[in-house]
Amino acid sequence: MRLSLRVNGEERSDEVEPRLLLAHYLRDVCGLTATNLGCDTTSCGACTVHLDGESVKSCTVLAVQCDGSSVTTLEGLAGPDGSLNPVQQAFRSEHALQCGFCTPGMVMAVSALLAEHPDPTEQQIREGLEGNLCRCTGYHNIVRAAQAAAAALSAEQA
Amino acid sequence: MIPAPFEYVRASSVGHAVQLLAEHGEDAKLLAGGHSLLPMMKLRLAFPSVLIDIGRVTEARTLKVDDGMVSIGALVRHSELAASDLLRGEAPLLARVASLVGDPQVRHRGTIGGSLAHADPAADLPAAIVASDGVLVAQGPSGQRQIPAGEFFLGYYETALRPDELLVEIRVPRTGPGGWHYEKFVRRANDWAIVAVATVAGRIALANMASRPVRAAAAEQALASGAGPAEAAELAAEGTEPIEDLNADPEFRRHLARVLTRRALLAAAG
Amino acid sequence: MSANSPMTASETAPVGSILGTRVQRLEDPEFLTRGATYTEDLTDERLTGAARLTLVRSPLAHARITGIDLTAASQAPGFVAAYTAADLSGVPPQRPMMPGYPESMVQPLLADEVVRYVGEPVVAVLTDDRYSGEDVAELVEVDYDPLPAVVTLTDALAGDTLLFPAAASNVCYRKDAEAAEDIFAGCEVVTSHEIVNQRVAVAPLEVRAAAAVWGDDGRLTAWVPNQGAQGTQRQLARMLGLDKAQVRVITPAVGGAFGAKFGADTEHALVGWLARQLGRPVTWVETRSENMVGMTHGRAQLQTVTIGGDRSGRVRAYRLHVVQDSGAYPRIGALLPSLTALMAPGVYDIERLETSFVSVVTNTTPIGAYRGAGRPEATAAIERAMDLFATELGLDPAEVRRRNLLPAFTEPFTSKGGAKYDSGDYPMALEKVLAAADYPALRAEQAARRERGDVRQLGIGLSVYVEITGGGDESGPPNENATVEVHPDGTATILTGTSPHGQGHATVWAMLASEQLGIPLEKITVKWGDTDLVPRGGGTGGSRSLQQGGAAVRQAAIELVELARQRAAEQLEANPDDLVVDHRIAGLAVRGVPGTAITFAALAEREPLQVRTVFSAPGATYPFGAHVAVVEVDTETGKAELLRLIALDDAGTVINPLIAEGQRHGGLAQGAAQALLEEVCYDPDGNPITTTLATYPFLSITEVPSFELVTTETPTSYNPLGAKGIGEAGTIGATPAVQNAVVDALAHLGVRHVDMPTSAQRVWRAIRESSATERTSG
Repeated sequence: MRLSLRVNGEERSDEVEPRLLLAHYLRDVCGLTATNLGCDTTSCGACTVHLDGESVKSCTVLAVQCDGSSVTTLEGLAGPDGSLNPVQQAFRSEHALQCGFCTPGMVMAVSALLAEHPDPTEQQIREGLEGNLCRCTGYHNIVRAAQAAAAALSAEQA
Repeated sequence: MIPAPFEYVRASSVGHAVQLLAEHGEDAKLLAGGHSLLPMMKLRLAFPSVLIDIGRVTEARTLKVDDGMVSIGALVRHSELAASDLLRGEAPLLARVASLVGDPQVRHRGTIGGSLAHADPAADLPAAIVASDGVLVAQGPSGQRQIPAGEFFLGYYETALRPDELLVEIRVPRTGPGGWHYEKFVRRANDWAIVAVATVAGRIALANMASRPVRAAAAEQALASGAGPAEAAELAAEGTEPIEDLNADPEFRRHLARVLTRRALLAAAG
Repeated sequence: MSANSPMTASETAPVGSILGTRVQRLEDPEFLTRGATYTEDLTDERLTGAARLTLVRSPLAHARITGIDLTAASQAPGFVAAYTAADLSGVPPQRPMMPGYPESMVQPLLADEVVRYVGEPVVAVLTDDRYSGEDVAELVEVDYDPLPAVVTLTDALAGDTLLFPAAASNVCYRKDAEAAEDIFAGCEVVTSHEIVNQRVAVAPLEVRAAAAVWGDDGRLTAWVPNQGAQGTQRQLARMLGLDKAQVRVITPAVGGAFGAKFGADTEHALVGWLARQLGRPVTWVETRSENMVGMTHGRAQLQTVTIGGDRSGRVRAYRLHVVQDSGAYPRIGALLPSLTALMAPGVYDIERLETSFVSVVTNTTPIGAYRGAGRPEATAAIERAMDLFATELGLDPAEVRRRNLLPAFTEPFTSKGGAKYDSGDYPMALEKVLAAADYPALRAEQAARRERGDVRQLGIGLSVYVEITGGGDESGPPNENATVEVHPDGTATILTGTSPHGQGHATVWAMLASEQLGIPLEKITVKWGDTDLVPRGGGTGGSRSLQQGGAAVRQAAIELVELARQRAAEQLEANPDDLVVDHRIAGLAVRGVPGTAITFAALAEREPLQVRTVFSAPGATYPFGAHVAVVEVDTETGKAELLRLIALDDAGTVINPLIAEGQRHGGLAQGAAQALLEEVCYDPDGNPITTTLATYPFLSITEVPSFELVTTETPTSYNPLGAKGIGEAGTIGATPAVQNAVVDALAHLGVRHVDMPTSAQRVWRAIRESSATERTSG
């Protein structure tokens, strides 16, 4: 069936199977392969994207459910010159990624968390990221990155 | 990982959804947030041949006080329940419980109607609705009917909803003064409850102590007769049939039910 | 300074040196904007039109295959082909993974007559696309005749059912105890305990995958996420009966490995075979549920520890016996107890040691390496034993350790376990970590809570560890190669035999070369993982990379400077001894005459400026450390919460503290996860129960605190960097510290031991049983 939506700001219209997962639509139809799939039980959050401004696990959303909606992936965050936004920069400066597989979903989850809680406590950060699993970092630097990003974002607004 | 193939249709209204259900019969399932149904379909534990997407049925997304009861549209999402000032004021147990379902991404999609209709006995909202003495409103071809929460949950993934009905509204009494509390015992923060206890206005409901949420009737009666929280909580496990799984055997579950009930009652008492 | 003298970062690094500084990773901008290219992301034109592999796997732990019907599957939309064991023409009989394993204990590429674990591949289904793969695989019908499942170690040892009738028993490897005398004779106190070091799932975020195509030149090109392309190439060639020269392995970005992506699994080889059979490229990505049963698991030892000594707290004798679960087909897991035995005495001065082990096959997923691979098990055993000994004597666990630690040393010596420790200062590690944790304050807090009878009790757990990193293999002493080339445009390329998958070699190897050459980091590209480009290499694992691979890069850069010096001397008509490296221009200048200089880039114009070198180390190195864990146990529910984890890890010189800390954090989390949470469970019929990330309690962000790191640097003399391996320290030290903490929280209630994971139910049971014992004995 026909699916029309906006992906990273660009209008798209594609013919898709109803069972096509949003994650696979983004990866295989749109060619946006940053979003990864790490599980089959909606547990790991590696596939997290923003759907109409909210973080969702794109492996548990059908592409057809997104007709008329707006989706943002990791590829939609950086500036036109490829410059890193404050969340991306914080991940780099705090070494919040190692193998990088959970990272796109983690960055999208942190972005969404900070939009809802601009000044989170460590506890709020950890609870806000309970849907995102990482095996490499032990989460320590991801928490640091969220804190650094929060500070950078509020400095931007000041 | 990939669901079996299915046909997909979109309902534009409650009436349209009822019509589609009648048309497609028992092979059709309703799709709201999809976070109970799609995980099962991806593991091919469920394989409906038709999905009726009710995600855009805005008439079932209202949240208001109506006739002295809090009226929650079945398609209101967990994140909306958690953030609602109205709900926090009038039915704070539900707002709190909704904030503990899954994780933030799940809460952005999952709906209260979807969670209740799915009827997993370990889930949070079914126990909370039973403790709240809520009423579930179903819409079918012959109109609406009201199902008390205590009669709604029949067993594992089994409710009193007929195949041609959909849940449209959940009504709970306004909490008023008086305590409430939710104790959720988990292994990891975003796991399903090993055991959970919801209490409000002297009612106590347990999650994952049977094939459906159960009221701790003996404990409630003790409270009503003047027993203190600790004494009443000793009776929390009566009438339950807890299962054995990876995390707990029946004996441990019964123990947890007693401990958590005591803590919930003490917290509710302030 | 000679090329081989030991140095700390401050000696290697002249003023303004980049070494020892927190350089942000060069890899990150791509990872953070477009995402890295993992195997599933490949869009290589050679893979156009690829068929997709979906595997039908055994649902039974042990059964005879009595029939396979592909009729319905072959008629389904998207079907391309399906293969069973009988169809695998040209595939040679498989060989045992390690010399010394019984001949019959080999896994065929597809199950042949018998399946031996739930998840074993049985039928290979090829479809045009991924989505129809699962549809078609569902239609394959396989009939099985169940056989008794051997699941417990007791059953495996008893041997009533043999997994391999051609073998005499279910034992695949063993080392019996040597001493005939009773090593505990004369000990005033002896205590013994059985300890479970439970089976865990490795569960990297990226599951296994492969893509393969055969060229017109008769060569196989295989893209496989791995920990060493050269090892994967060797393994694929062996499994398919090919000449190594016929196989090219390319390594895309790898989403975590932790020991389970070495070499090749049967699925990887199948993809290679299928691509030739079909005359079409083939791709494969497993699902997480498949990964949970198909990827090797870790640990799975049953340990019997016996420890004896004087009432004064001096340990005199220690015995460790291990029964290693190898899973259905012996892989490296069966061999790991030899490392456990090697490291058994750990940091302690123990007069008499006895170790033995027996590895058995069971109808479960095969056991492989998992971060630490045999050494976490050794440390967990001796650290539990020390606490048991301390409890027996009524002594503080820190004090008992103090009385038994080997003193500081700088000259290599051989431990009772047979390991040649290079350098270490265990007493310093213990004192420093206790100070960082403010141990007396913790004990005071614990005492206060016990006095009050609080529901939430505090537990303090210790571990002091030493571990072995960067050992060689059968081919010789530890070594690694590196090639450094400077190009006429001023950029440089490094080829390395290591294989990073999160460890940051693209940054650190560039730092090491930049240090010598003055070329800025952004102009240095590091390459690995393509066997046509880097034919030899030891990969990344066992914490070997910096001490061998990094040392090789440094050596190659130094040798390149020497080569450049000769050319520069000719070109500048100067005496080579008068030329010095000028970092500002990335070249050589005449000492005292900076105007007379030439860049490395210019020296590459007429002929390539390139050096390939091999760095060899005298042997493995032995990093060490000490951890303190603080847990809070809710004695009513049994739930244990990790409040603090203070870790001192000393792996010699630290080249990039940002990256080294990240490695430690990851290890600490996995170590804590094993102690508190994670376990692979099977039912009595061999059915795995923890087969998804929902049922398997993979550690999430809310179960661990932020970690507190203490760093010391005790260099090794074995490489010019002074570096040992850091990658596995966390798992080795944290697991016993956290387990000991949980037991310690309950010690005043009479609890002596709680097996891992210390789940709420286990803890609650332990409390009840000990108070029941107290009631009956009181």
